[in-house]
Amino acid sequence: MDMSEIDTIPVTVTVNGRKVQRFVEPRTLLIHFLREELNLTGAHIGCETSHCGACTVEIDGQSVKSCTMFAVQADGSAVTTVEGLANPDGTLHALQEGFRQMHGLQCGYCTPGMLMRAKVLLSENPDPTEAEIRHGIAGNLCRCTGYQNIVKAIQYAAAKLNGREFQEAAE
Amino acid sequence: MIPGQFVYHRPSSVAEAVGLLASLGEEARPLAGGHSLIPMMKLRMASPEHLVDLGGLADLKGVREEAGSIVIGATTTQAELIKSDLLANRLPIIRETALLIADPQIRTKGTIGGNVANGDPGNDMPGVMQCLAADYVLTSPAGERVVAARDFYQGAYFTALEAGELLTALRVPVPPAGHGFAYEKLKRKVGDYATAAAAVILTMNGGTVATCSIALTNVAPTPLFAEAASRLVVGTSLDAATVKAAAEAAKAIADPATDGRGTAEYRREMAGVMVARALAKAESRAKGT
Ligand SMILES: Cc1cc2nc3c(=O)[nH]c(=O)nc-3n(C[C@H](O)[C@H](O)[C@H](O)COP(=O)(O)OP(=O)(O)OC[C@H]3O[C@@H](n4cnc5c(N)ncnc54)[C@H](O)[C@@H]3O)c2cc1C
Ligand code: FES
Ligand code: FES
Repeated sequence: MDMSEIDTIPVTVTVNGRKVQRFVEPRTLLIHFLREELNLTGAHIGCETSHCGACTVEIDGQSVKSCTMFAVQADGSAVTTVEGLANPDGTLHALQEGFRQMHGLQCGYCTPGMLMRAKVLLSENPDPTEAEIRHGIAGNLCRCTGYQNIVKAIQYAAAKLNGREFQEAAE
Repeated sequence: MIPGQFVYHRPSSVAEAVGLLASLGEEARPLAGGHSLIPMMKLRMASPEHLVDLGGLADLKGVREEAGSIVIGATTTQAELIKSDLLANRLPIIRETALLIADPQIRTKGTIGGNVANGDPGNDMPGVMQCLAADYVLTSPAGERVVAARDFYQGAYFTALEAGELLTALRVPVPPAGHGFAYEKLKRKVGDYATAAAAVILTMNGGTVATCSIALTNVAPTPLFAEAASRLVVGTSLDAATVKAAAEAAKAIADPATDGRGTAEYRREMAGVMVARALAKAESRAKGT
């Protein structure tokens, strides 16, 4: 088959509440669709081999690694990236606040993926134990923090979303 | 890393999907969760000219009970398996296994049909399906045929699936209430395939094993139903000598490769260790202890 004949096809996705349509090659990965077609560079490319989780976004309420999904597979879905995480009034989401207060990041490369994964984790399990948080972020690698403060950042956000004050200090 | 080019098809019925697969032949592949296929396409270990996306086929999703069996639709995701109350009650080994596959994001996309049809010896569900004596329902334009999980695997990435066939459902006989079960998987880290793993389903009558089934993952080019090991424990009280003999029988059929997970010798040894651990856990669950 002459592959130069392959047509682009339409993909319609609601990204961070806004409906967008683009014509893409079927082989376009969702991460490239987000970063290169829509200029949403919040989701990062770390490994490209489905391991690191830096590319994690939310699709229809679930977490996926956007480097391991074709954009066409997201047709008709609602996608949320870290650009869509802050509250509508522009204030930080409880998770963003938690990462800031608890020093949940150093270089920041893993952070967008961690935030988006943690958002779905808290929607499914609003008051997780430390072990549940660690299992929940098992698909997200961080080279810098040793995870301790990421776990605390998520605990901070859970406490805030449940109307409690989080006591522990950052390390 | 970007996959090669392909033509994308999104059928809206099973009939349309198998029609496409049959007419496109060897050049076409089904796309389920994509979490084995897309990585292989990035590495050019697979270069299909056509992908037939199963994502639009609502008929292929879901878990239901039917005449003593649980029927699982092929595109049911690993996350959906974990959330299913029916599976948690009737076939808890499936939930236990799904939780040991990859990580939460991958389980959002990865499907049970893709996991068992893929033919990668590292996949965890094929051994569990052999342990459970499950059947696979294969659909083509000519109709349906049923192949037992124990007969499905022929070699690494070689299965009984013919070009133009789709695996549409898994039919799993339900073990008796109160059965013992365990899936013991040795892995180096989260998201790793097994160094060696063993599945056990057993029932006890008083202190004696009434029925037992053991299968192994990733210690040969295919999953292995450990028939001799299974037979050996029936009628015993799972005393130390019996457990040791069962582990030896499992090791005798294992044929692992030396790879990053260890030498062949080590991985064969670990197959025995996993069998012993799985038997112990299944026994204590069967006794309710
Ligand atoms: C980082 C990482 C770690 C992983 N770790 C594990 C692990 O520990 N254990 C494990 O078991 N798996 C693991 N996986 C694999 C994962 O579980 C896959 O999702 C699964 O193997 C394939 O399911 P899929 O739905 O993604 O199939 P796809 O990738 O879409 O398809 C896989 C193959 O099966 C074929 N196929 C799919 N569905 C059907 C069907 N219904 N009928 C016929 N053919 C079909 C496809 O054409 C393709 O050849 C891992 C994957 C990654 C990326
Ligand atoms: S870039 Fe997607 S998992 Fe690493
Ligand atoms: S903060 Fe640097 S990788 Fe996580």
